[in-house]
Amino acid sequence: MTRLRTAALVGNPNAGKSALFNALTGARQKIANYPGVTVERKAGRMFLSSGEPVELIDLPGSYSLDAASPDEEVTRKVVQGEFPGEATPDVLIVVLDAANLEQHLVFAQELIALGKPTVIALNMVDLAERDGLALDPEALSDALGVPVVSTVAVRKRGLDALVEAMGSADGQDMSTRHEVAGQTLPERRLAARNIAKGAILSQSGTHRLHASLDKVLLHPWLGPPILFALLFVIFQAVFAWATPFADALEGVITALITFVEGALPEGVLRDFITQGVLTGVGSVVVFLPQIVILFAFILAMEQSGYMARAAFIMDRLMAYVGLSGRSFIPLLSSFACAIPGIMATRAIADPKDRLTTILVAPLMTCSARLPVYAVIIAAFIPSTTVGPGIGLQGLVLFALYVAGIIGAMVVALVLRRTVAKGGASGFIMELPRYQMPPLRDLAIGLWQRAWVFLRRAGTIIFAATIALWILLSFPKAEPGESQLDASIAGKVADGLHVVMAPIGFNREISLALIPAMAAREVAVSALATTYAVEGANEEEEAEGLIPRLQAGWTLPMALAFLAWFVFAPQCISTIAVAKRETNGWKWPAFMVAYLFGLAYVFAGITYWSALALGL
Amino acid sequence: MEQQLTLDTLAPRERAEITSVDWSALAPDEGKRLRAMGIDEGARVAIAHRGIFVGRDPIALMVGRMTVAIRRVHARAMTVKLV
Repeated sequence: MTRLRTAALVGNPNAGKSALFNALTGARQKIANYPGVTVERKAGRMFLSSGEPVELIDLPGSYSLDAASPDEEVTRKVVQGEFPGEATPDVLIVVLDAANLEQHLVFAQELIALGKPTVIALNMVDLAERDGLALDPEALSDALGVPVVSTVAVRKRGLDALVEAMGSADGQDMSTRHEVAGQTLPERRLAARNIAKGAILSQSGTHRLHASLDKVLLHPWLGPPILFALLFVIFQAVFAWATPFADALEGVITALITFVEGALPEGVLRDFITQGVLTGVGSVVVFLPQIVILFAFILAMEQSGYMARAAFIMDRLMAYVGLSGRSFIPLLSSFACAIPGIMATRAIADPKDRLTTILVAPLMTCSARLPVYAVIIAAFIPSTTVGPGIGLQGLVLFALYVAGIIGAMVVALVLRRTVAKGGASGFIMELPRYQMPPLRDLAIGLWQRAWVFLRRAGTIIFAATIALWILLSFPKAEPGESQLDASIAGKVADGLHVVMAPIGFNREISLALIPAMAAREVAVSALATTYAVEGANEEEEAEGLIPRLQAGWTLPMALAFLAWFVFAPQCISTIAVAKRETNGWKWPAFMVAYLFGLAYVFAGITYWSALALGL
Repeated sequence: MEQQLTLDTLAPRERAEITSVDWSALAPDEGKRLRAMGIDEGARVAIAHRGIFVGRDPIALMVGRMTVAIRRVHARAMTVKLV
């Protein structure tokens, strides 16, 4: 038989499944979606001691086979072999948190009772030891009737033994195994308590570090200021730390342009590469450092266990607008990108609550807006300080993030009283133990996200930039006529400009907004390409985007442009994922309409207020 | 007859056992989730933390070695006895 063997990691949330998955598969991972549902399917290749390859899948964390969310439903179907198109796993690796045995054994019994070849990974034994808990894996193995291997995924401890145990368990007939599992939940719970008691050799004090950290971080008066200070530091860091890296990338791109200009004869091909490809795509790739820094903070918050505390702190505030702390996590993820954010709403049980979160998620300032904000701020906001360690540029960026948050809260409040009316939503969530974010998992997560960004730059943004360059470059201008006026794009922009002129947008902006429907950051590359094509002589052409913006735009225009991007739903992928998650066009259409409406109104208000203030 | 003590009135760090739960006061899915997490009749619990805002909501509940955030409305549906 040549079919690839499969194994699945399954267990409670926060048992350390993902860390174990990373440790077992390294970078050989494939992330996709389960067909028909929007649950992420994480699969990777690992090798048994015999050298035989095995496909390992990381199933969503569950508390029981009695599913209470779409994620848990996927887990149930896959382990029971009912998921269409998904092979029934040959081996189950049940992951238990060593320090939380009594809880995790409840689900483990249900899984063992399925009668499949099963291996238990008694994970995070180091954290259990830190909490003063000594365990006996053999006693646990005797009680459960399946092999138990102690592991510390983040330090790669116990992995060989686990792989060994998987190899021997694979294909074993488990039907004669003695019955340990209780039939009902209370029975299983009682059994779990007794089994855990039998496996614990000694225990002293319960998680002291955990409790003392919570005492500070969840303190009624200290907790919220700490959270807000952390968020503020993140946004300052995104701007300040990224600058040297962004400057270096910018230098590389400029050098490339100079090189191509020297190496190729003057003509359409050279213009295409320098004005189209390098200028357009390059102006977006420059923002990679900022996106990596933002994701590093979000991943570290998730992996350290602090994210759940942030949800706890935010729950009451979210309750005021009819949401719960559960919505905080999708919304915070939306700061990186609305797509994973909207997908993370699956963890919200209440449908109205979930719909509202999906509809407001695009208001969170995603990383695609960062290139737009960054270039406008760099061009128009002076790099001065307004206090110790507080730069004006960082402050403006922070204000734009706050504007998005306030907008989202107000919209949520309105939606919960109108189209998404429903009872108050609940909030039930495990607060995992604190741990140092494992560097390896952080690095893998960062790499995956950076890769997604670069792939977008290489595909969507590349294509949009090229299409725009062609529209801008043809037909060629007559002598005395500007290239922009003569081009097809110029004609289209003339039409749109009629609508956009009242809110202060010039023709170049109107033009840039069209390809930016593909992705917001395209606005930057589109402006770069537009001004590069428009540049009449070589000297102007050599200038960067920022001096051109400073020469062509006024401050009120720049501020109106920023206000537009706080709201405008300029991202095809977000609209598509909202359609998939809400099963139809009704809600995404509603989302696009209300967001464009708000964008237009607020850009207009910003423009005219700034003019009135004499800015 | 002894006065009925509900979970939401417990002082932080007071240890208690859940004696009964009015499941009808909770949404069915929420009840399911609470039970799956072991928050059920007979469970030994203690309140670890409460929120800052109105009603000191939500509540961080200790169940065994696990900490679970719940809302006050959930706690109010549970009667407890001190242990």
